[in-house]
Amino acid sequence: MLARVAWAALPVFLIALVAVAAEPHDPALVPNIFKPDSTPADHIYGVALFVLTVTGAIFVAVFSLLVYAIVRYRAKPEDDSHEPAQVYGSNQIELAWTVIPVLIVVMLFLATARVIAQIQDAPPPPGTINVTAVGHQFWWEFRYPDLGIVTANELHVPVSEPAESTPTFLKLLSADTDHSFWVPRLAGKTDLIPNHPNSTWIDPHHTGLYLGQCAQYCGTQHGLMLLRVYVDSREDFKAWANAQAAPALVTSTDSNSEAGYGRKVFETTSCINCHAVKGTVADGRFGPDLTHLMSRKTLASGAADNTPEKLKQWIKDPDSIKPGSLMPAMRLTEKDLNALTAYLLTLR
Amino acid sequence: MSSETMALSPHAVETQSLAERLHGWATTVDHKRIGVMYIGFALIFLVIGGIEAIIMRIQLALPNNDFVSPQVFNRMFTMHGTTMIFFVAMPIMFGFGNYTVPLLVGTRDMAFPRLNAFSFWLTAFGALLMYFSFVGGFGLYGAGSAPDVGWFAYAPLTSKVFSPGHSSDFWSLGLIVSGFGSIGTSVNMITTIVCSRCPGMTLNKMPLFAWMNIVMSGMVLFAISPLTAAQIMISLDRYLGAHFFDTQAGGSAVIWMHFFWIFGHPEVYILIIPSFGFISEIVPVFSRKPIFGYPIMVGATVAIGFISFSVWAHHMFTVGMNSWGNTFFAITTMAVGVPTGIKIFNWLGTIWGGKIQFKTPMLFSLAFLFQFLIAGLTGIMLSSTPFNWQLSGSYFVVAHFHYVIVGGILFAVFGGFYYWYPKITGKMLSERLGKLHFWLFVIGFHLTFDFMHIPGLLGMPRRIYTYEAGRGWEIWNQIVSVGALFQGVAVLIFVFNMIWSYWKGKDAGCDPWDAWTLEWTTTSPPPEYNFATIPTVHSSRPLWDLKHPEDPDWKYE
Ligand code: HEC
Ligand SMILES: [Cu+2]
Ligand SMILES: [Cu+2]
Repeated sequence: MLARVAWAALPVFLIALVAVAAEPHDPALVPNIFKPDSTPADHIYGVALFVLTVTGAIFVAVFSLLVYAIVRYRAKPEDDSHEPAQVYGSNQIELAWTVIPVLIVVMLFLATARVIAQIQDAPPPPGTINVTAVGHQFWWEFRYPDLGIVTANELHVPVSEPAESTPTFLKLLSADTDHSFWVPRLAGKTDLIPNHPNSTWIDPHHTGLYLGQCAQYCGTQHGLMLLRVYVDSREDFKAWANAQAAPALVTSTDSNSEAGYGRKVFETTSCINCHAVKGTVADGRFGPDLTHLMSRKTLASGAADNTPEKLKQWIKDPDSIKPGSLMPAMRLTEKDLNALTAYLLTLR
Repeated sequence: MSSETMALSPHAVETQSLAERLHGWATTVDHKRIGVMYIGFALIFLVIGGIEAIIMRIQLALPNNDFVSPQVFNRMFTMHGTTMIFFVAMPIMFGFGNYTVPLLVGTRDMAFPRLNAFSFWLTAFGALLMYFSFVGGFGLYGAGSAPDVGWFAYAPLTSKVFSPGHSSDFWSLGLIVSGFGSIGTSVNMITTIVCSRCPGMTLNKMPLFAWMNIVMSGMVLFAISPLTAAQIMISLDRYLGAHFFDTQAGGSAVIWMHFFWIFGHPEVYILIIPSFGFISEIVPVFSRKPIFGYPIMVGATVAIGFISFSVWAHHMFTVGMNSWGNTFFAITTMAVGVPTGIKIFNWLGTIWGGKIQFKTPMLFSLAFLFQFLIAGLTGIMLSSTPFNWQLSGSYFVVAHFHYVIVGGILFAVFGGFYYWYPKITGKMLSERLGKLHFWLFVIGFHLTFDFMHIPGLLGMPRRIYTYEAGRGWEIWNQIVSVGALFQGVAVLIFVFNMIWSYWKGKDAGCDPWDAWTLEWTTTSPPPEYNFATIPTVHSSRPLWDLKHPEDPDWKYE
């Protein structure tokens, strides 16, 4: 039978898949919602397990009943031609399968309501780090109003130990369309909506890198609006914050040095309409702050690694890395391009 | 439906020229022909929407793939979603409703035959208008063709600033026009069911399919209206400087979400409730038993209809409602699970103690029961607000609603095709091809949509045109893509089966399934006037009464 052939193809195919599955990846970087490492994500994990258990039990029960009924009551060749007994219903049974689901719903609801309050109504304790996250098409701006920092795409927060908790509370804004802040191992997602401020919080328990990305469709490059959260030890965070709060390393505008010439190119083209470099005339806010560009691991919200080659390619033709991004190609000469790259490389 | 056409002998119809026949279809007001046109229209768009899905699945099969550009990918998911909901699922439901409801309730046509034709053509022109964006969307601004704002088109992405050109106008206009078509058909359906039932068919003796259609139609009236209002508002924003959703000028993006989802959630039930109707007709016939608990089935349907208008903001748990809002919409959403569960149990009660015949319509219906069970349970997971904060906007949600729409609705529709095709054409579909279609589709469906839950749990958001290697998503995406190919092949077999059987299939006769409702009392296909004399019924299974005069239903109802 044709149907059998189709069935036989299935195992062959599955074996092929397992072979492909052996690719290596770092499990810590998989944004798995079942590997929570922060209180909100922990709470969610707890209620998720409960819901999964209850729904799993319902599934097993109803699935088994269905299979049993289908096997047991299939028409058999030896059956006579009589119709089976015509049963129209049963009030007791129907009452039972109305009341039991109601009880299950009440149970699930209570568990849910508790966790909503735990996460959403938690007040910020003293020692909280405040960050304002602004969603842009297609990158993230992070401001630390208390620390005088403006940065992009890579959020740094201190680790929060149970003994002395230092959670980070984020105020979520949008400069254009809707976005959503989602780092699955740290918290559920919350949208960034223009003219509608939101907030969320995280308190990561371990140092390291946590990956996330924009989870609300925001336009062409929604797919490469990636997000990195670096959780630093307390000392590292302090050092990072101090470095970020400082103005850019001063490069003289002396045209004889390549970087100096590059700075001149930067400050005389429209780069400065969109980008800021603290301590210079560049104060555009349409694009990411470049004051400490080289302290970031990636370019253009994770679209490429931050290497000199990629940086040069980015300035030459952003679309070759992130088609549809809102930074225009500037059509610079090779000389200007090299100098500009050299200048940007000094922005540590 | 003039008397001349009625008088034509079959032979005279044969000798009509092609142009005459097309003219006949274009000007028809016969509910059966309109039903067939709805269904044919939906099938064409099913193939188009399917191709859009396959393009997306090729792109996502490998990390960092560049099979299509992000712009094209975004158009594909926008058009795929819009097409499948508005130009496949809705019309196919209206098509089956149009065809079968007058037959089921024992009347000669819909209450308003001309409104019926008008509504169909509105829907068809709405679809053409939207697809015209592929060529017309460039407008004056060269801003790209088909709409790329996603099928729920969140503000302010649809404003002039972020969507210059005309592509999103085609989207709005297409939905406004086809929306009026949906409203027309619903009014018609409600009137037909309320006013045109045959003698003896009191509401409690009406086939469940008719019940489900009247509930569905009532929901369409209340759900399409806010959608249409919102489309008009966005058009005012774009062309007359209104600021409903213009966040730069104090408008609200969140208001759009409310408008959209107070349509969008009931819409799911608008599609699943007629599917329940299909299942409630097919399962009893192939179990050889009446539906278990008819009154509670009706009650549960009406309850779902009402409750489903109070749950819309479960699509908005991540937009920053306060904890009261987040709690309220969790409980209403969970509550909708109760009547839905009752239905599954009642179908179980129907097959329990029966003599199940595994004909193709029944296979699809049984698969529906399992798959809809799973879809319902993942729905419960999503209704738990905190869990939803992780799952919403991820591939888990995509898997969940495809489980509802494909695993539930489409399986029911396939079941309906195999069940009513003999009535519509007078020919049986090939059981052999039907079973092949079924098994291939089941395999494809499960490969695609079972495995699609996993990348969602691993943090993969929906609507991304590509993803990096090393996040643990590759393998799952590959399986999902392969499953899509299986489904594509299965659908081709289905289409082939319909064409082949039309010419070569066995004759069906009036009543090939030994069924019990009125449509099986007339010839296949039924004459234009449906019934030579309007039947009189005494129970919800008139043909059972006829076949078993010693033990008729009306003794027990
Ligand atoms: C029209 C505004 C605009 C202009 C002009 C512009 N940029 Fe950009 N730039 C952007 C935007 C927007 C981004 C973020 C792109 C993204 O991630 O999608 C960006 C990103 C960057 C980045 C990556 C930043 C990061 O943190 O990843 C660099 C470097 C950069 N621009 C350098 C330049 C240079 C050098 C010039 C001048 C030659 C320039 N830009 C001109 C808007 C602009
Ligand atoms: Cu986005
Ligand atoms: Cu919903």
